[in-house]
Amino acid sequence: MSPVLAGVLQLTALIAALALVYRPLGDHMAAVYSSPKHLRVEKVIYRCIGADPNAGMRWPAYLRSVLAFSAAGMLFLYLLQRLQGSLPLSLGFTSISPDQAFNTAASFVANTNWQSYSGEQAMGHVVQTAGLAVQNFVSAATGMAVAVALIRGFAGVRARARGGAADADGRTGDLGNFWTDLVRGVTRVLVPIAVIGAIVLVACGAIQNFSGIHGLGQFMGGTQQTNGGAVASQEVIKELGTNGGGYFNANSAHPFENPNGFTNLFEIFLILVIPFSLTRTFGRLIGNLRQGYAILAAMGIIWLGFTALMMWTEFAHGGPALQAAGAAMEGKENRFGIGGSAIFSVATTLTSTGAVDSFHSSFTAFGGGIQLLGMMLGEIAPGGVGSGLYGMLIMAIIAVFIAGLMVGRTPEYLGKKIGTREIKLAACYLLVTPTLVLGFTAASMVLPDALGSILNTKALGAGPHGFSEVLYAFTSGANNNGSAFGGLNANTPWYNTTIGLAMLLGRFLPMVFVLALAGSLAGQQPVPETAGTLRTEKPLFAGLLVGTILIISGLTYFPALALGPLAEGLS
Amino acid sequence: MTVVNNSVRNTARLAAAGLRALLVLTVICGVLYPLAVTGVAQAAFSEKANGSEVRSEGKVVGSSLLGQRYDKGHDKHGNPVPDLKFFQPRPSAGLGSNKDNGVNTRYDLQVSGATNLAASNTDLIKAVKERKHWVSVTYGVPEAKVPADAVTSSGSGLDPDVSPAYAQLQVDRVAKENHLDKAAVRRLVTGHTTGRVLGFMGEPRVNVLELNTALREMVQQKG
Repeated sequence: MSPVLAGVLQLTALIAALALVYRPLGDHMAAVYSSPKHLRVEKVIYRCIGADPNAGMRWPAYLRSVLAFSAAGMLFLYLLQRLQGSLPLSLGFTSISPDQAFNTAASFVANTNWQSYSGEQAMGHVVQTAGLAVQNFVSAATGMAVAVALIRGFAGVRARARGGAADADGRTGDLGNFWTDLVRGVTRVLVPIAVIGAIVLVACGAIQNFSGIHGLGQFMGGTQQTNGGAVASQEVIKELGTNGGGYFNANSAHPFENPNGFTNLFEIFLILVIPFSLTRTFGRLIGNLRQGYAILAAMGIIWLGFTALMMWTEFAHGGPALQAAGAAMEGKENRFGIGGSAIFSVATTLTSTGAVDSFHSSFTAFGGGIQLLGMMLGEIAPGGVGSGLYGMLIMAIIAVFIAGLMVGRTPEYLGKKIGTREIKLAACYLLVTPTLVLGFTAASMVLPDALGSILNTKALGAGPHGFSEVLYAFTSGANNNGSAFGGLNANTPWYNTTIGLAMLLGRFLPMVFVLALAGSLAGQQPVPETAGTLRTEKPLFAGLLVGTILIISGLTYFPALALGPLAEGLS
Repeated sequence: MTVVNNSVRNTARLAAAGLRALLVLTVICGVLYPLAVTGVAQAAFSEKANGSEVRSEGKVVGSSLLGQRYDKGHDKHGNPVPDLKFFQPRPSAGLGSNKDNGVNTRYDLQVSGATNLAASNTDLIKAVKERKHWVSVTYGVPEAKVPADAVTSSGSGLDPDVSPAYAQLQVDRVAKENHLDKAAVRRLVTGHTTGRVLGFMGEPRVNVLELNTALREMVQQKG
């Protein structure tokens, strides 16, 4: 069997597996976020938090809870790293420096998992397990909660995750309860899947122990020091929560994180399963499954197109070093090969994951461009858990607006009018990340210290690849991806601080606009559908949506892409 | 004034709720969950959960998942000299993250990572050409026959495998160095070649540590 055919078969198997769980998981999540019942363990948790799980929240209250929770996470993680030197089970590692601890805390709380540290050389058991892995769960659950709040903005009272006395007209501006959504996302969705997934990974060879740093006998004699750790349990939530922060520096390329061809495909599956299935949840909660399928179709078309392009460019292995080697194997593992690595790299950059099983800087120039563009689309095909769905719904609002301009009608989406306030909020959402990416990249290009971090200065045409390294870093940070064009030495005060800011603003500013939008929609009386209403569940709309996404991102970023990967690929 | 007091009190209450939520979820996701998974893993798959160690003659010789080097000392420049009695792994020029901490990790277990060198990087082009030349001369094959994995570094810098083509290409030289029958060594390589999982997942590969362990046992039985 040729490697190309094997790659295509792996992609087919992946699609089949995703299709198989799409309905049950999507329906399960819809039930999770709309059930009036609380599990016994959840009641205990609500008592600990001191929150009434049945109280409805309007958008400012929902937002304040999101921010209060994330701020607590940020502070806790920062202190945990700063105090590492005095903690037990820290494996002798010292405390992390202030700028790096800020960067890492921002990174994990913002669901980005950009890593300016090297896992096996910096982080002990406590920080990894009780700090970083916890944020992998809760930042993912926060993203899902915000997505569900937006759905409730459209769907009103039916989808509210609470029982008791509800206001019947659905115009109260009520978006549900953040604490309930957060806790349920963890207890009913993420933890159950993570337990099963972690055991599958261990059965295939991923390690799971607390043996710390110990000697490992070597074939030629002597021993080498090696790190043990709770790797499988962290690996699974890193993929499932579209987080991406590796236990080891080599991330999912490390054999202890990703031992064989099957686990590679399984990890890709974990990355994609919640973001895709959430479109079913959306359809269920909105009361029209076909609206969910239209969103799914738009996500699926982009994802499949990008994957096909990536496989083509990687198998074609353009670029002098790869031509000399005979295949694009630099930075790739033998057990995954080119097909498995290409599928992984698209899945990780089109979601907000950023885990890598192969190193993006050594991909072909066009491959690097595909990864960059994938993140620049805003992580929406299918995107991060929750954030992918709300990002896609923002694009749907823009698409409806553009269609409305063409025919001269007030745009509507899912029975709600898209008026001045809604379109302003959607536009603000869209402007956040490009401003951060292009602003910080431009600033780095004129600062000598920032330029000194670039690795590939000896490239043929040194400029383009070096520019790509910096552009990639800020694109990855502001879009909460976290993967890297690893050449860049990002552990400097400038990059730790600016990328940290890009990650925080790139995560929480859009959430502000999403929740404000949800509040605005929730306060509206639904408008009845008429013959002139744009049918947003039809293939035509899915096509319009894909077009809108590509055109908006393309127009925003094309000049930057032309200076980086396009210039390198064409030289 | 009361408005300000109220808002301060509300903010404090919200911050406290956030902190309590974080702590209780830390107990669930950061303590109970990893301990439960570790318990199951150690009970059901203890060998794998502890790193898939390979033993030979009662001694641990490494992990089947982690690549290592097979050298006989160093030359006068301090560069390791490959021991051609054994099958050689892929190059590992992983640089950590940057040129500034650019130690050549060479299968150093605590410095996993890739070179991150671009396809257009002149250092990488030169390294690939040099390695191709070395493999071609050392194993007596034309450069066109040298597979890509023999001249490139992996993503982890710890790739435990080589492609079947790279293993087969080393057979004649390894057999000669060990005074073994070529056909017997070739059979050994074929026996240690793992296909794709279920026929389509991943790529075919040969685990270098397991192959070399079997090879050394073969040599010892003969001698």
